[in-house]
Amino acid sequence: MIIKNLTCIECPMGCQIQASIENEKCVDVKGNGCPRGKIYAESEVVCPMRIVTSTVKTDNGKMLPVKTSMPIKKAEIFEVMEKINQIKAKTPVRIGDVLKENIADGVNLIATSNIN
Amino acid sequence: MKKKYDIIVIGGGPAGLAAAISAYDKGAKSVLILEREDCLGGILNQCIHNGFGLNRFKESLSGPEYAFRFIDELKTRNIEVMLQTTVLSMREDKTITAINSKEGVFSLKAKAIILAMGCRERSRGALNIAGSRPAGIYSAGTAQKFVNVKGFLPGKKVVILGSGDIGLIMARRMTLEGAKVQAVLEIMPYSSGLKRNIVQCLDDFDIPLYLSHTITKIEGDKHVTGVVVSKVDQNRQPIPNTEIHFDCDTVLFSVGLIPENELSKSANIPLSPNTRGAIVYQTRETLVNGFFACGNVLQVHDLVDFVSEEAFLAGAYAGEYIKKANKGRDAVDVKNGKNVAYVVPQKIDKNIDGNVKLFFRPTKMLKDCTITVKCGDEILVKKNKKIVAPGEMETLILTKEKTDKIVYEIEVLVEGDI
Repeated sequence: MIIKNLTCIECPMGCQIQASIENEKCVDVKGNGCPRGKIYAESEVVCPMRIVTSTVKTDNGKMLPVKTSMPIKKAEIFEVMEKINQIKAKTPVRIGDVLKENIADGVNLIATSNIN
Repeated sequence: MKKKYDIIVIGGGPAGLAAAISAYDKGAKSVLILEREDCLGGILNQCIHNGFGLNRFKESLSGPEYAFRFIDELKTRNIEVMLQTTVLSMREDKTITAINSKEGVFSLKAKAIILAMGCRERSRGALNIAGSRPAGIYSAGTAQKFVNVKGFLPGKKVVILGSGDIGLIMARRMTLEGAKVQAVLEIMPYSSGLKRNIVQCLDDFDIPLYLSHTITKIEGDKHVTGVVVSKVDQNRQPIPNTEIHFDCDTVLFSVGLIPENELSKSANIPLSPNTRGAIVYQTRETLVNGFFACGNVLQVHDLVDFVSEEAFLAGAYAGEYIKKANKGRDAVDVKNGKNVAYVVPQKIDKNIDGNVKLFFRPTKMLKDCTITVKCGDEILVKKNKKIVAPGEMETLILTKEKTDKIVYEIEVLVEGDI
């Protein structure tokens, strides 16, 4: 069994977590202050996932903030960034509007600001 | 044009938005927000990363999403907003002089004023770093505005001085946009940013963090070409022969935020040398009657959720203030005890009902510590904490029952292992 020390990134508390790993699976989690820490640790030791936030250009010249609607694989962040940088959004656009469906593993890219 | 308002809020960022909403809900009939930018939301507009609102909305929002939650709330109320309007000065009688392109210079009068101007970044000039003055040197927040709002990448090879959250966030942001971040340097032996940002902004991208290191020379004639970095000793003095050289075309400074209080000074509002914001009662009223302060202009916060909380408080008490005459003060001072850099509020008015939430920061990192609030020899509150650090604000609640026991002053102190 391997014990891996992690810092939880789910909230600003930054709990120090000890994850016990057996056969590439997380079998025990200690040090988490809340249930989110357990979920984070279980995912982090198998396949780290991150929400990606960035911006895309719009047809009126302004930059539109965007994010992936769900976390994506950390290993695929730069591939997703390349796709994000190809997108040009049409205005008007509202928070939550889907700019690209399935940018990675069924996750959509959505707007996080309103531009008229 | 209307000249008289119940309440005028200076600044339309997170603090100003929440304060205006809260004052209006307390019954203030005419509320006006003065904002110098062309939109509401303040710094949140350039904070496109997520992680905002976990306390308030139990969701991880981006900065603009958090701002729009409040802007949408604001729109359901009869609150006036003047954009692209800069306040030039204020007087103690609550007269405001402002300027915009439509009205020119004009005066306004309020029954109460809420200060919500936010803060600004400490600059290179404040640090006295040797070397030439080439282009390519930015505060982290300026670079953030260039990348996220204007859509320009300031450079391709970056060194960041200071491990404050904005610096860490920009390390990730510029990496995502194709820049190479050579190093993040921190003069202290610990990071001043949140632990989660060390993980998700630096570790995720193998960006090295050099603790107890600082820039000792900036090189370059027209444009920055590199920096010399030295290790520092316990007194933060560079140690000779520890120099490392980094090539770079961009240097970002993320070395602290300072409340923006020039306007407060124009109304003779006393400021605290510790927070560099106004000295306030628990109501967030300053020592000049009818002036309230909240958000980063009062104390630099780590989390926008705390800014909103403080602004709701300030707005509510400002709303109360215009309705009824002051009962008179019965105030006691809150002192910074051992290992405490500052406490807000600095004064507790015992004539005000309700619990008092104390916000404070330790002067250094301490482990296995005890936080104590004392009045003379009497212990009012005692709390154990695994770890405290200057980068993370601490809070404590004093119940009304406890504040009633205070005789002349209280002291907040932290004891623990280094």
